Amino acid sequence: MIPSDPSKVTAICFDRIHLPGQATLEVARKNGAYSYLPTVLNEMNREQIIEQVKISGLRGRGGAGFPTGLKWSFVPRNTGKPTYLLCNADEGEPGTFKDRDIMRFDPHLLIEGMIMAGFALGVHDAYIYIRGEFLHEANVMNAAIKEAYAANLLGEHILGTDFSMHLTVHRGAGAYVCGEETALIESLEGRPGRPRFKPPFPAVEGFYRCPTVVNNVETLATIPAILEHGGQWHKQIGVPNSAGMKIFSVSGHVNKPGNYEVPMGMPLRVLVEEYCGGLQHGDVPKAVIPGGSSTPWLGPEHYDVPLAYDEIHKAGSMLGSGAVIIMDETADVVALTRRLSHFYAHESCGQCTPCREGTGWLERVMLRLEAGGCNARDIEVLQDASEHMAGRTICALADGAAAPILSLLRMFPDEVNSYLAENKA
Amino acid sequence: MSMQVDTTQMEKVSFNAEQLEEIRELVARYPHPRSALLPVLHLAQQHFGYLPMNVQQLVADTLDVNLMQVREVVTFYTMFREQPTGKYLLEVCTNAGCMLNGACELLEHMCRTLGIRVGETTPDGLFTVTEVECAGACGGAPVVQVNNVYHEKVTAEHMDQLIADARAQEDGGVA
Repeated sequence: MIPSDPSKVTAICFDRIHLPGQATLEVARKNGAYSYLPTVLNEMNREQIIEQVKISGLRGRGGAGFPTGLKWSFVPRNTGKPTYLLCNADEGEPGTFKDRDIMRFDPHLLIEGMIMAGFALGVHDAYIYIRGEFLHEANVMNAAIKEAYAANLLGEHILGTDFSMHLTVHRGAGAYVCGEETALIESLEGRPGRPRFKPPFPAVEGFYRCPTVVNNVETLATIPAILEHGGQWHKQIGVPNSAGMKIFSVSGHVNKPGNYEVPMGMPLRVLVEEYCGGLQHGDVPKAVIPGGSSTPWLGPEHYDVPLAYDEIHKAGSMLGSGAVIIMDETADVVALTRRLSHFYAHESCGQCTPCREGTGWLERVMLRLEAGGCNARDIEVLQDASEHMAGRTICALADGAAAPILSLLRMFPDEVNSYLAENKA
Repeated sequence: MSMQVDTTQMEKVSFNAEQLEEIRELVARYPHPRSALLPVLHLAQQHFGYLPMNVQQLVADTLDVNLMQVREVVTFYTMFREQPTGKYLLEVCTNAGCMLNGACELLEHMCRTLGIRVGETTPDGLFTVTEVECAGACGGAPVVQVNNVYHEKVTAEHMDQLIADARAQEDGGVA
């Protein structure tokens, strides 16, 4: 049970995740799933729901951190077109693995959140776009959805009300860029996932040019608690401008990697030392990627940074999806950067020249650097190319590709120099 | 001169009645049949093992879309394969979280054990080893997918055992 005293909340999305059998409707209901849904459907109207989500301060948990209630309020009414709700379960940002746990252990929480969101937005058809590799998770979601249909929690006239909503799991097929919401829409329309130029934003013209809301799994899974306990309750958890709990996916050089849901604002050091069993080697990390591989790295001087949107931004990076990748003193930062540059080159969809050409270029130079075939001029090329890619493309993949390179050059110039041909000889 | 795929010489393949019913149900879930393209390609790959041109033609005909639309999608998404793989597809993630926890050494060990390079299949057709991008399970690094089943915190010994078990099962099957 989630306590109604915000200071006593220890989990929202993960509150029931470790209870045995939670993926089945019977157990989930015994543990409180769908208990507040009738109240929402019978006693709240669309405006009231959106208002509560706005008050809650909930920001999109997929990476961009856009206020969820505001996003919902952009959806135009009475357009004569259907409105679609798409759950972004593409979870491809290297370092991120939180949505997987919600879906495989507590699928009904996501379904419940989607029913409430769908009701607030007047949605009749909703989809969960799940990355293709998550076959097991897709199967768990499908089994839960089948149970929900049988219990009249989905389908026509949900729980005897006038509200009807259908929910379909749609598997992607291995393309990182499909986590970008307009690429996701393109993919859901049966095409390669190439991001669309904005505006128009999906809220106005999305899936088949109809009003569409795309929300991350964790965002939607937070909705039931917000509506049950109220927006004010949620706003009191965490720190100003970063309300609520957040799941941090911690990986890399820690003793106990994994997902930890903690109040926003917790210092990074506390998360690593008290939750993750500390670093594998040494007392402070060599570098930390705080929000997934596309976010700039932080150095040991930021080990006490509060894990919140504004504070991480001030430190020079982004909270992103909450994927914390820790590098201890043993990390080969040049090799890691080279590997990430391969990732972005592989995943570039190819429609914008700076990204298509730039990502390949960065990878080739990084490979040559690692092999000892670069000179000082090549380092300038890395810097220059990265700076000219970021912000010059339709989506942010190019910015993500630039982030590790620029971080490496900024934080570890000596290590980079030691790889140069003239210094290797 | 236009680039055309000559489909007249290809062996005809078809979906069975059960699959066609499943496809009808899939199509009904979307505003437009084209949205069912990825799900139907998954279904086809599951059934045929991979997606050669005649299977892509079948998918195009079934959904009433152009063959080039199918080709465009098949070649864009890495999970769709135009070439057959070994019976056991071993996909090793070597992205950040896995790399920091020994994935590259693991991949090297697997290739050495099997006597193949990344992307190749063993001569007996049993194992294919590939390197993949972040599998979204970094808490269990290093991660190897074996025929789409996630194996986490994988060690060289774990992989050796898995390979040995698979070989034993195959030998048993033949005898």
